[in-house]
This record gives sequence, C-alpha cells and structure tokens, in this order.
Amino acid sequence: MTIVEIRAADKVFANGTRALAPVDLGIGPGEFITLLGPSGCGKSTLLKMIANLLEPSSGTLRWWGGGFDHVGTEGKKLVFVFQDATLMPWASVRGNVRLPLDLAGVERAAADERVNQALALVGLSKFDAAYPRQLSGGMQMRASIARALVTDPNLLLMDEPFGALDEFTRNKLDQDLLELWQKKNLSVVFVTHSIYEAVFLSTRVVVMAARPGRVIEQVVVDEPYPRDERFRVSQKFAEYARRMQELLAHANTLGEPAH
Amino acid sequence: MNQARLASIGLPLAVGVVFLALWQFLVTWLDVPRFLVPSPTVIAATLVEDWSLLWTSLLFTLKITFLAFAAAVVLGTLVAFVFVQSRLIETAFFPYAVLLQVTPIVAIAPLIIIWIKHPTAALVVCATLVALFPIISNTTLGLRSVSPGLLNLFRMNKATRTQELVRLRVPSAAPYFFGGLRISSGLALIGAVVAEFVAGTGGTSAGLAYQILQAGFQLNIPRLFAALLMITLTGVALFMGMVLLSKWALGGWHESELVQER
Repeated sequence: MTIVEIRAADKVFANGTRALAPVDLGIGPGEFITLLGPSGCGKSTLLKMIANLLEPSSGTLRWWGGGFDHVGTEGKKLVFVFQDATLMPWASVRGNVRLPLDLAGVERAAADERVNQALALVGLSKFDAAYPRQLSGGMQMRASIARALVTDPNLLLMDEPFGALDEFTRNKLDQDLLELWQKKNLSVVFVTHSIYEAVFLSTRVVVMAARPGRVIEQVVVDEPYPRDERFRVSQKFAEYARRMQELLAHANTLGEPAH
Repeated sequence: MNQARLASIGLPLAVGVVFLALWQFLVTWLDVPRFLVPSPTVIAATLVEDWSLLWTSLLFTLKITFLAFAAAVVLGTLVAFVFVQSRLIETAFFPYAVLLQVTPIVAIAPLIIIWIKHPTAALVVCATLVALFPIISNTTLGLRSVSPGLLNLFRMNKATRTQELVRLRVPSAAPYFFGGLRISSGLALIGAVVAEFVAGTGGTSAGLAYQILQAGFQLNIPRLFAALLMITLTGVALFMGMVLLSKWALGGWHESELVQER
C-alpha cells in the first residue's frame, strides 16, 4: 500500500507567499525518494507537510491510507531529521538519543538497550557520554540520526541533513544512510539541492523548481543497490546527473519573470 | 594553576594592595584626621575592636538578605511560569512587574514599614520587592527562549506540556535564570540595607546599615567605614556565590562557562 499519498496539496503562507503549487505524489514502501531543487522550490515545505508540521492550504495528504492521528502506532512510525542536528546541549549523546523513548515513557533499562543499538548503527558507541559541544558536525548529525532510529521508524524524513558538512563526511554519511535504509527496511524522503547526492541515493528523484514552487518531473534512477563510489564515477551516473541538470536549467528559464 | 587563573586572582589583588598602600600613605602624609578619612590600619583596628557588635549586625543584615532573596526567587519563578503559560496574563501583568523595577524603594519603604507591624517582616518585604524583578524578567525570557527546532522535535514526539516544561523549557531557561540570580542577590542586599536605613531612622533595627547611621550621628567615622567594608565584602561574596552556582549548574555545557582552548 502507498505509505504517503499527496493529492493536489499546495501551500500559501499567511503573508500571501505561494510556497508550493499543487503537488501529486505517492510514496511507496521501501522507496528512497529525493526532493531535488534550488532554494525556494518548496521542497522543505512539502517535506514538512508530509511530517504534518505544516498543513496544506488545499488538497489532502494521507498516511498509510488514513489521517495523521493514527500515525505513531506500530508499523506507522514517522521521524523527521532536521537540517541541523538539533540536539539538547545540556544532555549527553545518550540522553539526546534516548529522548523519544523517555517522552514515550519507555522504561530506562529497555530504553538504554535500544540507545546502544542505535548508537552502534551510526558508529557512535564510544561517544555516548559526550556532550554535543564536544562533537564534530558529522558526529552531531549521526547522533541526530541515531535519535531518529531509536523509535524503530518506518518512514524517515530528512531535510538537507548533510548540507552543513564537508564533502568527504557527506559522501561517507550518504553511504552509511543507504546501508541503514536497506538494513532497517525503511522508506525515506530526502530533501537536497545536490544533484549528485540525489542521483547517488534515490530510487526516484522528484525534480522541483522555484517561482512558483512546483514539481517539474519525477525521474526513476534504475540502478541496483548496494551502490558505491564506482557508481558515482560511472557513465550512467553522469547521464542521470545531466538529465537533472537539464530539467532544472529549463525550469529556471521558464520561471524567470520577463523584464 | 594555569596562567589565566593566576592572573584572574593575582591582578585584582595587586590593584587592591596598591590602592590600600596609596590610601594609607596619603592619609598619613597629609595628616588627615580620623574622623574625616581613616586610614586602612585604623579601619582594621576598629574592625577588631568592635567585632562583636559588627558581627551581630552583619548576621541581622544577612538574615534579611537571604530571606528576601529566597522569597524573590520562589515568587519570581512562580510568576515567570504563570507568564509563560498564558500570553494574555503576561501582557496584562508585565507592565506592573516593570513598575517594581522602576519605583525607588527609598520612596515606598516608609509606607511598607508603617503598614507591616512586624519590623523584620517589613524589611524582608522591602528587600524582596527590590530583588524580584530580575528574576521575573530573566526567567520569563529564558522559558520563552527555546530553540524552535527542539520545540518541533518535542511536538513531533507528542510530548505533554509538563514534559515540555521540565525537559525543554527549564533547561533552556537555566542560563538566563542563573544570570538573574547574580543580579538579584546583590539587589537583595541593597534592598535590605536601604530598608534598614529607612527603618533605622525610627531606631528599631540592628543591622549593619543601622550601625552606619548611628556611627554617622556619633561621628564614629572609623566604625562607619568598617561597617561599610563589611557590607561591600558581603555583596562580593554573594556575587561570587552565584558565580560558583552558575558554574556548577552550567559547567558541562553552556557557552558562558566554557574555557576557550588556545
């Protein structure tokens, strides 16, 4: 069944800004969908609507065939990973990662066990007692991802999570994220403005443009997993990247207001 | 002890010693009478001589100060919590809290002392009024200064209002709260001293401020200086106490307490 069904959803903010023109999009189980586009194309807005942080001005969204109130039950869990790690500076890594379980009232011993598993998944087991200030940007991001994984989610929403990191760290984390995706059987919606990241990670790329924010086209990336650095430098990769490039460039010229 | 710590203790100490030496020298050299400006040695001698009197007076002033400080913290924090729960209440009552800040205590103290029969209680009320506003203001600001990302995170995890308050707002407010404590502790002392001054004119208190008044009337200037010195040292000690408290509470994580690596 479709995990998230978006029908003609759009967003107009209170000050009149048209952030997103009506979008039709379906997200199936096990997919890795990337929302790709320049600043102002509405990709973060769309992601926040999927997370129910924003409501569509018109149109509908359905999660697992129903409204948002039954999201959070077993098999229908959704988590959001922000652009910055958003960790509590006064708590250790363990305290931060354990937060969703603490809020849900999970008993401490059981929660700590799940935290250990999550930290192992992202490679931070040795840093459970460290404070966020003591960690590098990449490590903070890993902690944020561990926190997202600790609740055993089904749908992972990520808003340009690696945007603030250097290219090496970013590539490494991209790879690690793909491994996690396969291992934990997740569905992922990933927002980025990097064409290379979109092509490397996704099963399907939703290409968007700005002015007004809208979806131009959806491109299926038909390349088997696991993907590694060889894919990044292959001919097929370059072709996909060029395709995205053309779509984005074309949309930009269309969107330019006449002077 | 590294260089920075040594400097932070040694330099002010050096300034103090130089200042005292200069003072001693000038007073002796210019032959200034002790009922005008006593020298440091005279003040020290007076401290020793009048110790029992000054000590009991200090204890009295300290009692008022601590009671007022405690009352200000409890009351101020409560008010801040109420303000944060409802924007409506905050908008309605905050201007009156500001009134607390701007009304000079010297002007209202006589009224309070007339209204409240019990002398100690009257003094504590005056001092509390002076110390209250920074707690309200800083704590409210702190409780509201929550990172929007973290707030979203809590909402997404369906946190209850209590969980949000205890796990997010209170830790977020801590730096601001401790900042308020530093200001408020000194103000509690000032409030206690001013209130005593006003009450002292009626001859009913026994704190350090009263001793200053009496010493003034009797032209016992060395004792006046000695009492003044004790008040000053108390103010400094209170501030240092709050600094240490801050360090203990925020030391692990907040920017204000971190040592820069060079």
